[in-house]
Amino acid sequence: MASRKGSHQSRGNGDKYSVLLPTYNERENLPLIVWLLVKYFGESGYNYEIIVIDDGSPDGTLEVAEQLQKIYGEDKILLRPRAKKLGLGTAYIHGIKHATGNYVFIMDADLSHHVSGSPREGGYDLVSGTRYRGDGGVYGWDLRRKLISRGANYVTQVLLRPGASDLTGSFRLYKKEVLESLVERCVSKGYVFQMEMIVRARQGNYTVGEVPISFVDRVYGESKLGGNEIVSFLKGLLTLFATT
Amino acid sequence: MTKLLEWVFGVSVIGAAWALVTFDLLNLRLPVAYKEVAWPMPVYLLVVFGCYSLATVGYRVATFNDCEEASKELQDQIKEAKEDLRKKGLKM
Repeated sequence: MASRKGSHQSRGNGDKYSVLLPTYNERENLPLIVWLLVKYFGESGYNYEIIVIDDGSPDGTLEVAEQLQKIYGEDKILLRPRAKKLGLGTAYIHGIKHATGNYVFIMDADLSHHVSGSPREGGYDLVSGTRYRGDGGVYGWDLRRKLISRGANYVTQVLLRPGASDLTGSFRLYKKEVLESLVERCVSKGYVFQMEMIVRARQGNYTVGEVPISFVDRVYGESKLGGNEIVSFLKGLLTLFATT
Repeated sequence: MTKLLEWVFGVSVIGAAWALVTFDLLNLRLPVAYKEVAWPMPVYLLVVFGCYSLATVGYRVATFNDCEEASKELQDQIKEAKEDLRKKGLKM
């Protein structure tokens, strides 16, 4: 494989990126996302580490993570597993404790996010991936799903006026101290938690930037957007409306 | 102030102004035209908001980007990744 010019120079500005990957049954996707991250960071020359937080996946995700650790090194792949499924917020708290970077990347391990631009420009406290602006978008979504997504986002914008176009995405880059401070304040679960993070970031006067992302529908595994999801989304939205 | 309180406050202020004009609560003796315009305003504004919402969401659904190239790129990368990982000794 031909190496790109400059790919072996490290950027000497001292920034290090910690990628937090909470996983649950991502045995198939984990090696692929790790490979992609190693490729992108390797080419960019930035210093990085990947922290895999597995919640006791029964499909052997941790075992695959251990193999990846042997391939890429223990300084690049850190394993911080937990005994059982304990939720996203606590996974981030757990991951931050072991992160040595000054920037923290949050993303799903299921390959659904694909970013074209660079999220690092602008010096923002928090950069959020958006499907709704620029050349962000989706792949493999039928009309029903698009309608629900845009409709829910519209209701969110009207009620919360959050200053960010996409609240339910989970592709984000935080300054480490900003993430620490926000995670402590947020009480919701699941992707309402992601929404709450951005709302609280705005309240705390942190600067929020956006970068377009392509959301490619789950390549492996099932997608979850049933009636239950919609109801719990609305409940979460109304809770945020009444409490923030 | 929470968003809910902001809304309650905003609606109260507008509601009070509307009631004041429509029912002449302070005996201001405004021209009849003011009352006639003010009276249907709440329903009118709701309808306008409803139409605006439908148009906005409709427009956004219609212009929702479909990322064909991203999907193709991802598929290629997955192939490349699997090949490379197999060479490096990963057993999937």
